[in-house]
Amino acid sequence: MDIQEIIKPENLVYAKPKLLNDNPMHYCPGCSHGVVHKLAAEVIEEMGLEDKTIGVAPVGCAVFAYNYIDIDWVEAAHGRAPAVATAVKRLNPDKMVFTYQGDGDLAAIGTAETIHAANRGENIVIIFINNGIYGMTGGQMAPTTLVGMKTATCPHGRNVELNGYPLKISNLIAQLDGACYVTRQSVQNANAVKKTKKALRKAFENAMNRKGTSVVEVVSTCASGWKMTPDQANKWMEVHMFEKYPLGDLKDVTEGN
Amino acid sequence: MAEEVKLMKGNEAIAHAAIRYGCDGYFGYPITPQSEVMETLMDEAPWETTGMVVLQAESEVAAINMVYGGAACGKAVMTSSSSPGVSLKQEGISYMAGAELPGLIVNIMRGGPGLGTIQPSQADYFQTTKGGGHGDYRLITLAPASVQEMADFVKLGFDLSFKYCNPAMILSDGIIGQMMEKVVLPDYQPRRSEEQIRKDCPWSTLGKPESRGRNVITSLELDSAEMEKNNIRFQKKYKEIEENEIRYEEINCENPEYLIVAFGSSARICQKVMEIAASEGVKVGLLRPITLWPYPYKAIHDLGVKVKGILCMELNAGQMIEDVRLAVECKVPVVHYGRLGGIVPDPSEVWEAMKAKLDIKTSHSDKTTAETGDSIDPDQLKEVISNLNKMVP
Ligand SMILES: Cc1ncc(C[n+]2csc(CCOP(=O)(O)OP(=O)(O)O)c2C)c(N)n1
Ligand code: SF4
Ligand SMILES: [Mg+2]
Repeated sequence: MDIQEIIKPENLVYAKPKLLNDNPMHYCPGCSHGVVHKLAAEVIEEMGLEDKTIGVAPVGCAVFAYNYIDIDWVEAAHGRAPAVATAVKRLNPDKMVFTYQGDGDLAAIGTAETIHAANRGENIVIIFINNGIYGMTGGQMAPTTLVGMKTATCPHGRNVELNGYPLKISNLIAQLDGACYVTRQSVQNANAVKKTKKALRKAFENAMNRKGTSVVEVVSTCASGWKMTPDQANKWMEVHMFEKYPLGDLKDVTEGN
Repeated sequence: MAEEVKLMKGNEAIAHAAIRYGCDGYFGYPITPQSEVMETLMDEAPWETTGMVVLQAESEVAAINMVYGGAACGKAVMTSSSSPGVSLKQEGISYMAGAELPGLIVNIMRGGPGLGTIQPSQADYFQTTKGGGHGDYRLITLAPASVQEMADFVKLGFDLSFKYCNPAMILSDGIIGQMMEKVVLPDYQPRRSEEQIRKDCPWSTLGKPESRGRNVITSLELDSAEMEKNNIRFQKKYKEIEENEIRYEEINCENPEYLIVAFGSSARICQKVMEIAASEGVKVGLLRPITLWPYPYKAIHDLGVKVKGILCMELNAGQMIEDVRLAVECKVPVVHYGRLGGIVPDPSEVWEAMKAKLDIKTSHSDKTTAETGDSIDPDQLKEVISNLNKMVP
């Protein structure tokens, strides 16, 4: 097969989703945010929800998600995305509404909004990027930072006496009756990416079918904040993050399960 | 059809007026003395009639962010609270101003600082008119002085906030919120359809059709040059509001000897003060700012420079008085009288203070009468206060 043959549309095995525009992404090389953006764009497109979807962006590295996925977006105050999404969905019940939040946004400053939106069973999807650190502000400790992990605000490593324990907030959300689907995934290799996409698709379907709140946690890397190369970060995540945050469904009460 | 006159509390009037306005959503959190707003809405269950969403949020922070989300979709949405809760909403209000979103916030003020008291106060004047949240923004502020105005200002507040894409506040207190008065409610007006909203608010985030680019509601702009441009645009808009939307009422103001400037419940108390003054031969006029921002500086100046002295009566330690002094450029003595921490003064107490502070000489033989309008019946005021005393924060 020559190159002309290979690039024929019928031979393509991969395409960039149309919703993902050509704006240069500001994310660091190897950052999980970009991969998850692509998956969200693919799912919206495959479900034909381009004109029905409203994304709620966080404060965190993904604050600029609205620059990359060509749908309508509301940029929320730090931690408040689930409250913003609650109103967007309640006032527009036929729309697809999702939030996209980091661990600081969702599990520290926005804990109340997250728990209560899920407890009310808002028909929204919460995409939760757990990279164990505050990426945007320069690598400070997050509620999800592992014990012993060094960050700008725990330079000697997270100390339980001082800082308490890593917060497994998805496990907490899974206890809530309003949450119908809570899963923990990752995107460090092709297989993991596939699984995360499947989870997102299921979550989006749950929201459209009014089954309650779906949370897709994506255990992620922040090579810059962790001060590693992207490759080192992926390996470190597989060894250390997955131990504390094991992958898999935490809850699924949707039909056919 | 004859106008239907009803008797209700100010807080209830706000709820009924919101439903009739075609309000799309209310998001609130209970706090005395304004809980009747949400209670009335829940009782009326407008989701079954007009389709209005009413939701009890987990906090005032969540409630204002729900307003932010609803407003982003071009919906007419509102929240109500009282002072401590409104403090929590300040970040959200700043975000709304920064993202140029409409929306109505009601503050039924109580005495502070801190948890304070549930009794009436006007101590949030600074917070409301001089900032409150961060950044160079302005909040359109309406100060009702009657239950009728509580009802009427729901529409006015929404209309102004949509006209200028800026949040608006109804700033009132437990007196007007809890007092029962006659009110004529506005006619029902249907909620706007999605099609209508897409037309009226082309910026709304209701889902992106192929025919336009994506809509993004945000207050973020990291490029300082662009951020300055945004701010210049905001300032231009604020100037336009200051030019077009000042509202005030003048009572007994043909050539008064002295002037009282007071807003909301204080103005109602001062209507009685004018009566007492007249009975002692002194003509006192009352200028009642209705919009606290934009503020009626010129009206106060034009009238104020012609009188011998001005009393600024407010239920706080002296906040609006700064604007009154600015208005008359210190050409006339301006004095303050107010009670703190939820105490509501008696009209005669205000008059005695005014006489003492402005050195007013009276003569009972020169009795006149004053056109003072509908002041608060002191017995009713006592009842409101005693009812509030039975409530819990
Ligand atoms: C009220 C408020 N407090 C603090 C900040 C500063 N801030 C911005 S992003 C952030 C943390 C973001 O971390 P995370 O949510 O984990 O997102 P990440 O960047 O890691 O994806 C903080 C503290 C802010 N913008 N607003
Ligand atoms: S700082 Fe971390 S989270 Fe932010 S873009 Fe870089 S790698 Fe991603
Ligand atoms: Mg993070």
